[in-house]
Amino acid sequence: MSKTGLFGRLWGKADGRRAAQPDEPVAAEADLDVQSIPESGPPGGAAEQAVVAEESEPAGKAGWLAKLKAGLSKSSSRLTQGITTLFTKRKLDDEALEELEELLITADLGVATAGRVTARLAKTRFGQDVEPAEVKAALADEVADILEPVAKPLEPDVSRRPHVVLVVGVNGSGKTTTIGKLAKHYRDRGLSVLLAAGDTFRAAAVEQLNVWGERTGCPVIARDTGADAAGLAFDALAEAKRRGDDLLFIDTAGRLQNKSDLMAELQKVVRVIRKQDPTAPHDVLLVLDATVGQNAHSQVEVFKDMVDVTGLILTKLDGTARGGVLVALAETFGLPVHAIGVGEKADDLRPFEARAFARSLVGLD
Amino acid sequence: MFESLSQRLSKVFDKLTGRGALSEADVAEALREVRVALLEADVALAVVKDFVARVKERAVGQEVIKSVTPGQMVVKIVHDELIATLGTEGAELNLNAVPPVAILMVGLQGSGKTTTSGKLAVRLKADRKKVLLASLDVYRPAAQRQLEILAEQAGVGSLPVVMGEMPVAIARRAMEMGRREGYDAVILDTAGRLHIDQELMAEVAQVRDAVAPTETLLVTDAMTGQDAVTLAREFNEKVGVTGIVLTRVDGDARGGAALSMRAVTGRPIKFLGMGEKLDALEVFHPDRIAGRILGMGDVVSLVEKAMATIEQDEAERLAKRIEKGKFDLDDMLSQFRQVEKMGDLKGILGMLPGIGKMAAQLKDAKIDNKMLGRQKAIILSMTKVERRNPDLIKASRKKRIAAGSGTSVQDVNKLLKQHQQMADMMKKVGKLGQKGLMRHGLGGLLPPGLGNRFGR
Repeated sequence: MSKTGLFGRLWGKADGRRAAQPDEPVAAEADLDVQSIPESGPPGGAAEQAVVAEESEPAGKAGWLAKLKAGLSKSSSRLTQGITTLFTKRKLDDEALEELEELLITADLGVATAGRVTARLAKTRFGQDVEPAEVKAALADEVADILEPVAKPLEPDVSRRPHVVLVVGVNGSGKTTTIGKLAKHYRDRGLSVLLAAGDTFRAAAVEQLNVWGERTGCPVIARDTGADAAGLAFDALAEAKRRGDDLLFIDTAGRLQNKSDLMAELQKVVRVIRKQDPTAPHDVLLVLDATVGQNAHSQVEVFKDMVDVTGLILTKLDGTARGGVLVALAETFGLPVHAIGVGEKADDLRPFEARAFARSLVGLD
Repeated sequence: MFESLSQRLSKVFDKLTGRGALSEADVAEALREVRVALLEADVALAVVKDFVARVKERAVGQEVIKSVTPGQMVVKIVHDELIATLGTEGAELNLNAVPPVAILMVGLQGSGKTTTSGKLAVRLKADRKKVLLASLDVYRPAAQRQLEILAEQAGVGSLPVVMGEMPVAIARRAMEMGRREGYDAVILDTAGRLHIDQELMAEVAQVRDAVAPTETLLVTDAMTGQDAVTLAREFNEKVGVTGIVLTRVDGDARGGAALSMRAVTGRPIKFLGMGEKLDALEVFHPDRIAGRILGMGDVVSLVEKAMATIEQDEAERLAKRIEKGKFDLDDMLSQFRQVEKMGDLKGILGMLPGIGKMAAQLKDAKIDNKMLGRQKAIILSMTKVERRNPDLIKASRKKRIAAGSGTSVQDVNKLLKQHQQMADMMKKVGKLGQKGLMRHGLGGLLPPGLGNRFGR
């Protein structure tokens, strides 16, 4: 295929200046959001309201739904454009499938997973004349089938008093922000939450969690930078027990999974917590950045191996990254995906919904 | 970071090299595998396609057919194109302006801007520049405090924080302070922002207009996937990027983002973030990285690293002994100590040519720096006479040595065998001399099954 083919058009459109077709809006992002929401949202007016409400920082159901869609459709708008240009009613032949596969690759699904998903699509529809919407729906179904089993919310067992949640991940994936959001979520549900500022390495990480503690009204157990993280976790658990808190979130310093000494340190945190409560930590959440590519496999593999990760949270889905690697991760590891992060504010955490994620990934809804 | 990509590629190239003639189909097959390897390394699809097309054009053309070793030729073409994609030369930081020179750091949330700002300050300070750090991040909790602490650690100036001040005003105040107090450079660390966030992108553009930076560095995570192209392009169009800093290169990501961003923006990659400490910032050398990607090793970096850490006298003493074909256990011990000083063993081995293929083996062998410690302990548990004359060491001595070093007789045997192999090798080197070493490369010296031998 020549360079000026699909990808010439695709990339051309993506950078918004060489838009080939006059009916494509140049600054597509904003328009697409608004277009896409009414199509799918709850009947007519409500969706519109939601869009308006989104701008004025709303509370309540319609608000978050709109925001989720806005966030996700940003992630998928480029993919959508791609598929739409591809299939204005044409035969699903080898070439079309290859292009479809490549589009999935650009969403970070990875070569193997993208190949499998398109192969399954080909099984049922090869050679048929297909319309864009139909292909999208079928593609979303394939992706959703993979994701459905892993979409499970985090359900703390408050009878444990406390239910201990350890939050781990590489540097800059968004652990501290995610803890702030989780704290808000469970505080709003009326649970008492304690936070442990276990990132004793990075400068000002403790202060950062302290701010989140203030914002959410949760006490924070902290020590100075440089203190022993395991000792802090131990004390935090003792304090949570004494106070009878429902939930304890333990923040940890970001670490690259190939640093064996830092991973050993994390194992020590777990060991030390178990001295007080052999069943703890009850959940170990690995926080992944949606912009991450195939390295996510290595992250999940190593963290799971080292500290028995029980679930994933995908952050920064409000950008153009689509987090498609999650599909590949679901295939390989089957770890629950508890929530997604779609912004920097305290309520920018959403439950992970397989169908919605899949449909958004391919540009529906 | 590039190890696994280099493993993949060297497998592909193994099939090509050593063959007399290559058909077009052979090349096409190899290039398909190159394509998958690059995609799995997170190189953006558009960049991969372009890359493969260019290689193909050259590979099926005259160049290969006329060549005596067509396989080698293909490898060379891939290598050349990799370098062309990564940029031909390393680019220095541009400080050619009336001081204080403004350096603007931009990027997504969590890409490592603040840490990189601190590292850059340390680097400039080492070049005898007076550096001021200023945080424009008024959004993330405690971000300004983080930079303040880093400034303290780096021993450079820090702009006092005024609560509630907006980024453009902070930037102006920083430049003002820079002028007033005679700073050479002012590093402006901005808040992480999404490239599609119109408002925040406009804000950083305003900052740029206010301070006219000579460098606007886009800081990105080496683990970034396909989105790297989008974000690099957007930042470049909206803010104007002069260079790229790739962070977390010390992770195991394959780092394809480096290729993508360079290809899309045409801006050079200037630095690599190699760790959490403030001195862990390296200048980017495209040719060396390309070599590492292809499993050709990065001998230049290795030699530089060795030069920086190995004591000259000790090395010369050792070289003389090797020339004479002598290599006893004391020499081995001193070698262990030198290696230890150079840092992580895996990192060093990664720089050796031909090691890429062995990486899997090495992983299984669980090479770590503790192993060196144990081996040192074994040698240290020997008497001086034993160290000079290992042949003395028989069963009962072995038992004593094992007990003394807290290891087993098997471990002692393993070490002795290893020493024997090394001594043999040293003899070879002695005979080859300097010229021979150059001709055969370091790879020629590595005995087969290196991984196993190190393993326990």
